[in-house]
Amino acid sequence: MGVRSLALGAAVAGLALVPLIARALDAPFYVTLFGRIMIWAIAALSLNLILGYGGMVSFGHAAYLGVGIYTVGILSAHGVGSAFVQWPVAVAASALVALAIGAVSLRTSGVYFIMITLAFSQMLYFLGVSLKMYGGDDGMTLAARSRLGSWLDLEDGVVFYYVVLVALLVFHVLAARLVSARFGLVLRGVRGNERRMRAIGFPTYRYKLAAFVIAGAMCGVAGILLVNFTKYVSPGFMHWTRSGEIMVMVILGGMGTLVGPALGAAVFLLLEEVLSGYTEHWQLVLGPVLIVIVLFARRGLAGLFEREQA
Amino acid sequence: MTALLVTEHLSKQFGGVIATDDVGLSVNDGEIHAVIGPNGAGKTTLIAQLAGELAPDAGTIRFDGRDVTRLPAHERSRLGLARSFQVTSIFRNFTVLDNVALAVQAHSGSSFHFWRNARRDPTLREPARAALAAVGLADRAEIVAGDLAHGEQRQLEIAMALATRPRLMLLDEPMAGMGREDGERMVELLRGLKHGHGLLLVEHDMDAVFALADRITVLVYGRVIASGRPEAIRNDARVIEAYLGEAESARA
Repeated sequence: MGVRSLALGAAVAGLALVPLIARALDAPFYVTLFGRIMIWAIAALSLNLILGYGGMVSFGHAAYLGVGIYTVGILSAHGVGSAFVQWPVAVAASALVALAIGAVSLRTSGVYFIMITLAFSQMLYFLGVSLKMYGGDDGMTLAARSRLGSWLDLEDGVVFYYVVLVALLVFHVLAARLVSARFGLVLRGVRGNERRMRAIGFPTYRYKLAAFVIAGAMCGVAGILLVNFTKYVSPGFMHWTRSGEIMVMVILGGMGTLVGPALGAAVFLLLEEVLSGYTEHWQLVLGPVLIVIVLFARRGLAGLFEREQA
Repeated sequence: MTALLVTEHLSKQFGGVIATDDVGLSVNDGEIHAVIGPNGAGKTTLIAQLAGELAPDAGTIRFDGRDVTRLPAHERSRLGLARSFQVTSIFRNFTVLDNVALAVQAHSGSSFHFWRNARRDPTLREPARAALAAVGLADRAEIVAGDLAHGEQRQLEIAMALATRPRLMLLDEPMAGMGREDGERMVELLRGLKHGHGLLLVEHDMDAVFALADRITVLVYGRVIASGRPEAIRNDARVIEAYLGEAESARA
C-alpha cells in the first residue's frame, strides 16, 4: 500500500513537472506528448470501467470520443466557443449516444455484443464521413480552443496541459471510488458470474447500462480534450481501429486495475513515438509485446505491481 | 401449514423433448420437499423455471399467493425465493465474505452508490458474517472463494442463498460431489434451515433425501409419477420400477 501510493504520487509529481522540465530543456514537444498520453489515458480509463471491471467487451468505444469531438467542433463552427456550453452539451451527447447504443447492445452478449458495438461505432464513423458541412472525410480544423475564461486560456499549451492533468486525476479518483463502492462491486460481480448475480437479486441489465453510460460520458470528455488538443475534427477518431487502440491500451496496462489504463496509454504512445522514428511499421514491435503481456501477465503491466482482488 | 410455492400444470419443451410435463407440486413453509428422479428427468429444468431463469411454455407458478410465472429471476429473489446451483456458482475471485456480502447488498436497497467503500460497510458485512456463521464458514471469511475446498464451496453456495433472507430455497443438488463427512455436515445444515424456510431439494443422494424430506416427488421424463411421504414413496411400485430399483442395482 505504502509503496504503491508513493509510486502513484511520484508519477503525478512527474507529470506535474513535465512543463517545467520541457521549458528547462527547451523541448516543448514533451508537453504535447504527455498531454496526448493523458487524454488517451482518460479514454482508456473509461473503457476499463466496462471492459476491465464489468467484463463488457465494447469494441466501439471510439464512438463516444467522436461524439465529444464533433459536438465541440460543430458548436464551434456555429460560433459557440464557450466551454461552459460546449462541454456540458458534449458530455450529455456522448452519454445519450452511449445510452442508445448500450440499451440495444446489452441485450446481447459474447461475440454478438462485440459485433454490435463495433457496428454502431462504424455507423457513427460513416455519419461523420457524410457530414460534408463539417469537413466530411477530410475533417475540419477547429477555429479556436474552448473558452474557459480570461483567467484560464486553453490556447496556452501549458495551461491546457494542466487542465488535462487535473481531468485525469479527477477521473482516476472517481473511478477508484466507483469500483470499490456498491456499484463497482455489482459490476465486478457481473463480470464474474452474471447468472448468479441475477439469482441473488440484482437486475443486472440496468447496472450494466448505467456503467456503459458513465463510460461513454467519460470518453466524451476525452473527446472534448482531444479536439481542443489537436484543433482538428475528423471521422478518423471514430474509426474502429481507434476503438482497437483504446482496447490495446487497456489490455497492455491491465484490465480491471486502477493505474493500468494510464500505464497502457503511456507505453502504447511512447512505443509509437520512439519506434515510428525508425519505421512506419512500428506496430510490428507492438504486436509481440502485446502477445507477451497477454500470455505472461494476465493483469497487464499494472498487474506486475498492483495486487488487488478482482 | 401454508403452501409457499405452488405450481400447476407446469410444462416446458425443448424442440421435441418434453422436459417438464404438467407438473403440479407445492412446498410449505418449514417443510423440506425433495424432488428426485433419474438423470434427465428434468429436475434442473424445473428449478430453472421456479427460479425464473427459464420461462415455462404453460402452467403457473405461485409464490406466497402471488402469480410469479412471468417474473424475472431478480424479482423473485426480492420476494424471498433463493436458489443454489448444482455446479458451484460463486464469485471465485472474491473473498468468501465478499461473496456473501454481495448477496446481502442485493437486498439492501439500490446499488447505485458510487462513492463509499462497500467493503467497509457494516450493514453489508455483519449480516454476511452471520450467514457464514450459520453454515459453519465463519473462520474462512477472508479466504479467496476459489481457494476453498469443494465441500466448503458448497456451503458457501448455501450461505449466499441464505444471505438474501429467503422464505423458500431451491437447492439443486447441494451435496453434489461431496464426500461422506461433508455430506453429513450438509444434511445437518439443511435440517437446521428447515426452521423458518421452505426447502425444495433436488438431490441424488438417497440417504440424504430420506433422512431429510418431509415429502418426496418423483419425476420421470418431466412427469410426476408419485408424490407423498417418504415411507409411501419407498414402497411405491412405480417408483421402485422407474427409479429406485435402478439406483439400487447401480449401487450393487
